[in-house]
Amino acid sequence: MTRTLWDSTIGKKTVMAVSGLIMLLYLFAHMFANLKIFFGPEEINRYAHWLRTLGEPFLHYEWTLWLVRVVLVAAVVAHATSAYQLSRRDIRARPTSYVHKRRGATFATRTMRWGGVILGLFIVWHILDLTTGTVHPGGYEHLRPYQNVIDTFSTWYGNVIYLVAVTALGFHVRHGLWSAAQTLGVGTATRDRVLKPLATGLALVLTAGFVSVPVAVMTGLVS
Amino acid sequence: MKLTLRVWRQKNAAADGAMSTYEVDGISRDMSFLEMLDTLNEELIVKGEDPVAFDHDCREGICGACSLVINGDAHGPERTTTCQLHMRSFEDGDTIDIEPWRASAFPVVKDLVVDRSAFDRIIQSGGYISAPTGSAPEAHAAPVPKPDADSAFEHAECIGCGACVAACPNGSAMLFTSAKVNHLNVLPQGAPERETRVLDMVAQMDEEGFGGCTLTGECATACPKGIPLPSISAMNKEWLRATRKVGR
Ligand code: HEM
Ligand code: SF4
Ligand code: FES
Repeated sequence: MTRTLWDSTIGKKTVMAVSGLIMLLYLFAHMFANLKIFFGPEEINRYAHWLRTLGEPFLHYEWTLWLVRVVLVAAVVAHATSAYQLSRRDIRARPTSYVHKRRGATFATRTMRWGGVILGLFIVWHILDLTTGTVHPGGYEHLRPYQNVIDTFSTWYGNVIYLVAVTALGFHVRHGLWSAAQTLGVGTATRDRVLKPLATGLALVLTAGFVSVPVAVMTGLVS
Repeated sequence: MKLTLRVWRQKNAAADGAMSTYEVDGISRDMSFLEMLDTLNEELIVKGEDPVAFDHDCREGICGACSLVINGDAHGPERTTTCQLHMRSFEDGDTIDIEPWRASAFPVVKDLVVDRSAFDRIIQSGGYISAPTGSAPEAHAAPVPKPDADSAFEHAECIGCGACVAACPNGSAMLFTSAKVNHLNVLPQGAPERETRVLDMVAQMDEEGFGGCTLTGECATACPKGIPLPSISAMNKEWLRATRKVGR
């Protein structure tokens, strides 16, 4: 069954849909948690500490966090690998383009591949910036996300990279969420009338939530 | 009407092709698109040139033989087959680009003719039912709920023209395959092969080198028979169910 899944275009697309939905679930949690920055340094820094003690005393310090990280890395790898392999196949299946060009599909649909690449690069930068502190501007302080986030969004490039990535995310989710429903066999003519606006709405909420943080730092609302 | 045609000319499968320009005059608005091409070909034959090869058969929109990408649209600007497209959809003085279906699973044979036998092999892999032949069964022996009958009829409308593949940026045959799978899978007559049908037809579709689905929706827009996009989702559901059930 595992072989059938991975060898079939429908199966590989299922892997893409499930891994995408796992990441999406995480991103909603992440976005909501980020909003704590509006309630001051105490609130969000305490939250960062709580994340590490989650599951205690059953689990050791940071084990839950590492579990989430492992699942997310697996999802990113599965998603990117299936996206790459399917894209290669799609390009091979249509080697000659038409001389007479016509208007294509929606922007969100056409930018899934490049948008995905932008997201992949962003994930790497984002971890090096705010998780490991490797490329962090100013002194990175472990367990003090409030200060770290302000450092990042006090640089022009920090804002640019972040806003580009979060916009790309919005478009990716707009087409991706509806697509995942189709891939998993949930789509019908009736349900699609709800699913399409739902995907657009959730993409907007996600993007707006993420965008609010750098905007707050830039406008001095959070400092 | 006087028209300028830019037509894809290619001697054979191995040769390189290119767009060639022709002028045609005296075209009636009531001619079908294929009659317009017949007019061009008559002129070419008189001049001793090779006529443009294109596929056609019934010329009444039911056989699926005709093709052509017209100004970038599979089957042209109306939701119908090329044989049912009329010249009144164009204006006097128009330039019209005519190209063959483009997909690596549909290689060009000559000019505008492509080899669509990949579709036949997908059908052979599961697009049938194992019914006892002989005398016709009693019509009420196998009751079919109305919604299922409607769905089967809707999908049975697919004429296998391949416009869905031609329109898809990935050269995907998901809409065609979903029409064939759903047509038989919703009916009691199709139940014995319900799982093997979808697994085998999808495997054959992949084998032929068609691309995957990215839910672009171009296929359903191009389909002259209005096979809807959610049919693909319905086939995905059947495929996932069969994979779980058969476990292969
Ligand atoms: C590593 C970076 C990423 C790459 C390279 C990538 C690439 C892609 C590609 C090429 C597709 C298929 C597009 C199509 O069907 O036209 C896709 C679909 C999808 N992506 Fe991503 N993506 C990435 C990150 C993400 C993230 C962070 C999320 C979480 C929100 C996500 C969620 C989805 C979903 C839900 C789908 C729909 C799956 C389906 O069509 O069934 N992706 N992705
Ligand atoms: S699904 Fe529509 S476009 Fe595709 S082969 Fe059938 S009739 Fe033609
Ligand atoms: S020639 Fe038969 S459908 Fe067009």
